[in-house]
Amino acid sequence: MIEIQNIHKSFEGKQVLHGISATFEKGKTNLIIGASGTGKSVLLKNIVGLIQPDAGSVLYDGRDFTSGDKDLKTDVRREIGMLFQGGALFDSKNVQENVMFPLNVLTKMPKDEKLDRVNTCLAKVGLENVNKKMPSEISGGMKKRVGIARAIVNHSKYLFCDEPNSGLDPQTSIRIDNLIKEITEELNITTVIVTHDMNSVMEIGDYVMFIHQGHKLWEGNNQNIFDCQVKELEDFIFANNLMRAIRDQNKEK
Amino acid sequence: MKSLGKYVIFIGTLFVRRESFGTYIRLIFDESVKIGVNSILIFAIVSSFMGAVTTIETAYNLISPLIPDYVISLVVRDMTILELAPTIMAIVFAGKVGSNIAGELGTMRITEQIDALEVMGINSTSYLVLPKIIAALFMYPMLVVLAGFLSIYGGYLAGTLTGVITGTEFIYGIRYDFVEYNIIFALTKSFVFAFLVASISAYKGFYTEGGALEVGVASTSAVTNSCIAILLADYLLAQLLL
Repeated sequence: MIEIQNIHKSFEGKQVLHGISATFEKGKTNLIIGASGTGKSVLLKNIVGLIQPDAGSVLYDGRDFTSGDKDLKTDVRREIGMLFQGGALFDSKNVQENVMFPLNVLTKMPKDEKLDRVNTCLAKVGLENVNKKMPSEISGGMKKRVGIARAIVNHSKYLFCDEPNSGLDPQTSIRIDNLIKEITEELNITTVIVTHDMNSVMEIGDYVMFIHQGHKLWEGNNQNIFDCQVKELEDFIFANNLMRAIRDQNKEK
Repeated sequence: MKSLGKYVIFIGTLFVRRESFGTYIRLIFDESVKIGVNSILIFAIVSSFMGAVTTIETAYNLISPLIPDYVISLVVRDMTILELAPTIMAIVFAGKVGSNIAGELGTMRITEQIDALEVMGINSTSYLVLPKIIAALFMYPMLVVLAGFLSIYGGYLAGTLTGVITGTEFIYGIRYDFVEYNIIFALTKSFVFAFLVASISAYKGFYTEGGALEVGVASTSAVTNSCIAILLADYLLAQLLL
């Protein structure tokens, strides 16, 4: 479980996050949603420690990551897996080396065992026989799946995904969403996803937090999001023609 | 001053939270190939021509019959060892290796590869930059030795083939009044220049922000800043050590 408490962040005097608090539960897919430029990715970077918040704290299973010492931070970070927006695969390494990378650097596992683990993770994300391909030789969707495999290879307890569907076609997006959901439930890990894709919200949103201009305006799940009564969230949800059509159809019924 | 402070802090972070020794050995080996072995051709070409041109131009200037011909190779030797091999080749090194380091790290930064390392709990500066600096410290002095040899050999070929000096006189000149300390001075300079090029270029690349355009700016800035640092260090070392 991850708890964020009263996170504030500003850049050059401009307040980006205004005291955001939330609890992300284990075994659930937790979504942070909002329009572009509202501070979702900044919040995620604060949670994983890429940015230090001005105030507030982040607790990983009760361990205070924000004010903890370097050893605690290193320990927590080694339990984190993250899928970046563009995949962030290492250009100079092939798929197998990319997935094996955390095991090579962070563990003393024998090579055979590492290879088994890599192949298991690649099979889990539906990628086989691509071990020797370079990142430049695979598609965007495959890069994301390799990114997920790399994120879970070291038995991560926490999985973070920054815009996992950006740049993907709808079918691949759904596949990636379902994959993340499956992994979260199967491995019983805490997953936090930053997205602005309403399809993802409807598919996998066990917990949904809506951010608008750095403020948390709503939290709930994909079952009660249509009853939110928050104008900004309604504007966000129904900006999509398809969602408007579904709403209108429901009204007619 | 702010940049200088940030650079010093950046250098300090290289030595904290390091990974296992074995990890660095492999990385240093890989970087040595990229930084050193892949630079041999350009170093060989530049240094050979540099020696050849120095011989021809020295001969052109020494027209007095009172000055013996072997002085040509003596001048070529001292210029090569004291300045051309360590300093001019450092400028070439900045252009070839410095821009490569800044471009590589800059691209890694904007494509979030450095963030990926940080999230995994790996000290990205130590993991990415330290092997490059150590590899540069190992390889650049070797490249300087190679450049020195080829520069003098290039001078020998140019001198003897054009008839401005005989082979015997050239050999006599390069052995005449040889000061061994000059070699130590050249190698000392090469260590300092290697550190400056690798660390400044890594610093510029590591803190790139933005997109492809900024990566290009970082590469250019890495080369220009390295060149200025090389020339300043060259002057200081000459004052201090000669």
